[in-house]
Amino acid sequence: MARYSAFSIFRNALSGQKSWQRAWRAAEPKPSYDVIVIGGGGHGLATAFYLAENHGIRNVAVIEKGYVGGGNVGRNTTVIRSNYLLDGNTQFYEFSMKLWEGMSRALNFNVMFSQRGQLVTAHSADQLDGFSHRANIMRLNGIDADILDREEVRRLVPYLDFSDTARFPIHGAIFQGRAGTARHDAVAWGYARAADGHGVDIIQNCEVTGFVRDGERIVGVETTKGRIGAGKVGLAVAGHTSILGAKAGLELPIESHVLQAFVTEPLKPLVDHVVAYGADHFYVSQSDKGGLVFGGNLDGYNSYAQRGNLGVVREVAEAAIALMPCISRIRLLRHWGGVMDMTPDASPIICPTAIDGLYLNGGWCYGGFKATPASGWCFAHTIATGKPHPLIAAYGLDRFRTGRTLDEAGVGPSAWLQ
Amino acid sequence: MLRIECPCCGPRDHDEFRYGGDASVTRPAHDDPDPEAWYAYVYVRKNPAGLHREFWQHVIGCRQWLVVERDTRNHVISSVAFARTSQA
Repeated sequence: MARYSAFSIFRNALSGQKSWQRAWRAAEPKPSYDVIVIGGGGHGLATAFYLAENHGIRNVAVIEKGYVGGGNVGRNTTVIRSNYLLDGNTQFYEFSMKLWEGMSRALNFNVMFSQRGQLVTAHSADQLDGFSHRANIMRLNGIDADILDREEVRRLVPYLDFSDTARFPIHGAIFQGRAGTARHDAVAWGYARAADGHGVDIIQNCEVTGFVRDGERIVGVETTKGRIGAGKVGLAVAGHTSILGAKAGLELPIESHVLQAFVTEPLKPLVDHVVAYGADHFYVSQSDKGGLVFGGNLDGYNSYAQRGNLGVVREVAEAAIALMPCISRIRLLRHWGGVMDMTPDASPIICPTAIDGLYLNGGWCYGGFKATPASGWCFAHTIATGKPHPLIAAYGLDRFRTGRTLDEAGVGPSAWLQ
Repeated sequence: MLRIECPCCGPRDHDEFRYGGDASVTRPAHDDPDPEAWYAYVYVRKNPAGLHREFWQHVIGCRQWLVVERDTRNHVISSVAFARTSQA
């Protein structure tokens, strides 16, 4: 794998930019691998990379139904933060944040990680108290967090509605300066290229249709490109976790829901941070091209259609204008949907399963993008050693049986209410 | 927007309804001591890509709970019935 550098750009300029290599090989499946990771999204590719990088397991294949970057890793709103409240989540997402901070260097690929800061507005004294609780927990875990009063918020983001007629007046905000965004396609491409550089086969346009068993143990997968043997199989298929889980015989506490995201026509620089609305479900950042990228609530009923309904478009637009009246005349350029694997407690599931040889990584709800590097790191550890990484000890599937749920959303087992 | 043919009120937009999730789950008997049955009732969901039997309540209408059969891949609704008379 040729390294990318300023010098390589210069050298390739001399030959008219015609001698660049493919970022990764177009691999065809071998008869068998030590590990097969199903799902060529951010989590699956990161898992393959860390299997090779951290554990020396290089006889690995990533099998992707479509193309790399075509699923949720290319459909999210690119927000990265580590402002989680509950023990287990707090430490895991901060570990992820630290991996983000070194990612471009580690992958030799510019993922355009931009630590522009994220704030969530508070609209009552009580809500600000709740945010102070969260900020204190973050600080106790060594994570940066600040509580801002109304005037500090106004200085930072003067374009929000600070008028006397605001439906939910802004009392203050919680702010994490190290939070930000990254170019999500670059994350998928960077991990794919770096994993390929370690010898991992990335097999696209290859759907897994079933599992091969030897007794109780899973020893391979059936695919549209034939049977492929595997020492271990890792599942990282986001919204389709229930479908593939069912093929393996797992009944899971997961519902698949559609989440929509939106981008407006390009504007001059306006939104310098990631801003989330504390009175409703709406969050926004501005892309390098100038479009406002934002999202809101789930559509609210089980769906595998990667498109959403117009009622939610209206609700999100209402929240947007309540927070930022100045964008009421901006036109939407595009909106799209992704299929989210929603768990009952809004926390992910990464663990070995009851089926020998099968490892599960799913249930990311709509917070999977920020977890990409830590998820890959910990899942690779779990597959390599057969035991959960300490950072994901709380993410076992058995937590629903034992009552140790991590109810970060606080809505109980109704995925569509998150 | 989904259009749900309420057996009481006729075709209505889905935002008149409240979603109630997988209609295939059955509540164990109140004195059932088996934790596995309660785990399945509270948490485990079918979540198929295809025909899904699901509860909807017509909250801005007749307030009846309905069982709707809908394809989760394309949202085509094949049947709607009152939940109280529908077979689980």
